[in-house]
Amino acid sequence: MTTETTVGRFGRYGGRYVPETLVPALLELEEAYAKASADPSFGEEVARVLKEFVGRPTTLTPARRLTESWGGAHVWLKREDLAHTGAHKINNTVGQVLLAKRMGKKRIIAETGAGQHGVATATACALFGLPCEVYMGALDVERQSLNVFRMRALGAVVRPVESGSRTLKDAMNEAMRTWVSQVADTHYVIGSAAGPHPYPSIVRDFQAVIGKELRTQALAAFGKLPDAIIACVGGGSNAIGVLHPFIGDKDVRLVGVEAGGHGLDSGQHGASLTLGTEGVLHGSRSLVLQDADGQIQEAHSISAGLDYPGVGPELAHLAKTGRMEVRTATDDEALAAFYEVARTEGILPALETSHAFARGRELARDLGKGKYLVINCSGRGDKDVATISARGVPPPVGVKS
Amino acid sequence: MSGEIAQTFAKAKARGEGVLVAYAMAGDPDLPRSVDVFAALVEGGADIIEIGVAFSDPIADGPVIQGASERALKAGSTLKRVLDEVVPEVRRRCPQTPLVIMTYVNVIMAMGEERFAKLARERGVSGAILPDLPPEESEGLRATFDAAGVDLIPLCAPSTSQARAQGIASNARGFVYCVAVSGVTGMRAELPADLSQRLDVVRKASPVPVVAGFGISTEEQARTLSAHADGVVVGSALVRAAHADGPGAAKALCADIKRGLKR
Ligand SMILES: Cc1ncc(COP(=O)(O)O)c(C=O)c1O
Repeated sequence: MTTETTVGRFGRYGGRYVPETLVPALLELEEAYAKASADPSFGEEVARVLKEFVGRPTTLTPARRLTESWGGAHVWLKREDLAHTGAHKINNTVGQVLLAKRMGKKRIIAETGAGQHGVATATACALFGLPCEVYMGALDVERQSLNVFRMRALGAVVRPVESGSRTLKDAMNEAMRTWVSQVADTHYVIGSAAGPHPYPSIVRDFQAVIGKELRTQALAAFGKLPDAIIACVGGGSNAIGVLHPFIGDKDVRLVGVEAGGHGLDSGQHGASLTLGTEGVLHGSRSLVLQDADGQIQEAHSISAGLDYPGVGPELAHLAKTGRMEVRTATDDEALAAFYEVARTEGILPALETSHAFARGRELARDLGKGKYLVINCSGRGDKDVATISARGVPPPVGVKS
Repeated sequence: MSGEIAQTFAKAKARGEGVLVAYAMAGDPDLPRSVDVFAALVEGGADIIEIGVAFSDPIADGPVIQGASERALKAGSTLKRVLDEVVPEVRRRCPQTPLVIMTYVNVIMAMGEERFAKLARERGVSGAILPDLPPEESEGLRATFDAAGVDLIPLCAPSTSQARAQGIASNARGFVYCVAVSGVTGMRAELPADLSQRLDVVRKASPVPVVAGFGISTEEQARTLSAHADGVVVGSALVRAAHADGPGAAKALCADIKRGLKR
């Protein structure tokens, strides 16, 4: 099943809106990726690293206490938080860095929001022996200090970006500017299923391992495909990765949850599928948060990984055609979900993932008993502990106050 | 219309000099005072004015123009206001100078491509440069602009293959903008060694004039390049001069560079 309507396009979305300097590199990447995809040894190598190093397949875990507490569908968790480095991002960076090596590239650059993609890129670079530079909004450098340390420990250079909103979108601008200057020997590892063609397709293909595993695991665990799958949406890589293999399965409800921030009316959110309009950002035409004059608006989310005013073009297409249902969760709802999951399942989910959990209850009840809901656990919350604990921790369970 | 740009190149050639395309940011430091900057560029000898329209996420620009963008946005610059308040004033003060808008594709899309083309033409804009619109994505827009009489000026880069460069040149309107350096806008002490050769190749294939831009800021660089190009674009150096020392400084720099373009 593909939603690619013509090369590089998902319906109206996608394309390659970049400076001419980058076009030859994108053509080269497209060709190299097509060659690698057609070469069984490349797929085998990626699969081997995912198994030996990343720890795939990640488990599909029954969430028994959540199921009971929500009183609806059976809830299961696809555990990308258990992948090495703690999030789904590593699936893509292993693939892209191996591809860059095949292409003979000498160095790697990347952008990062939450730092997960930066850590995953630094990790793959350490594993395969390439120098790595990561652009990160200065605000995110402050709120994701653990991941900044991890990247540095892994040997990467972290470059704080002071322009604009000092978050993910600005980090991506800066990475693109750097790439324009060093395009001959540098590969830019984009972390989400966004950016100019062929990135949305490449990232989706590498992340689709999540959904492919889930198919097999669901059939084994409950004898059928899930009735619904829910994932959080920043740029959309974990969502497209888990959902893509099910696009053709009309009975499987696909649900994406965006950052509602301080609320959709507040103007401070990251809900580009819900409130965005058609525009061009970071090389592709998609849905973006912008004003009437075409200036990109600053997104807001408590989770750095969802703090992005754009979204990958394939998700925009799935949302506009109605194949994917789109919901939002506010900062507060995500925080509440974080503690709920921590205290009922013994899992500290990433704040990004907590957005998906925040909409889980309604969806589970909506589906009803006997149905199966899978929540994509895109990552673990260790990186978020400073942000979360700064707001105070609720009293311990079972202790009278 | 393309006529104006072509005439400007023809006249410069007849005078034995290369064309100076001078860039500044509309709305930096504010809308009215940016008009003074544009007028100063023309007084200094600029032949074509590139009017930058700020975008929040200028991926093709280096720190100097990024800074100008931020100031312009703070001053309330929008494409609509530039067309309403800046372009007509520059036109009035510099009636002989072709005006070209430089901005990013999202800004044009937000206004509506047809609406932009029509308004731009009405206000006296001859062309547009959109650094994030490569040839693969530009067909529809070029047709819209053609219909309105606005030239969509294409860019060519150091990484562009010869065959691709020839394709870009043969479909060009106005002139071909040859990006001199692999990178973003901003002054460079040294230009790439193979630049002259690349310019010669594009010029051979191009039915329209060829200019070099990105990185150029001195009389000396202009002199070297004027043997291989029909003109040069100077942006960051002028923006910096105007921002630091006012329109007079930008005018003086234009005059210097223009001296380098005399053959
Ligand atoms: C754990 C986790 N989940 C989700 C995301 C959001 O990204 P995407 O929508 O591309 O999956 C991030 C981004 O950093 C992340 O770290």
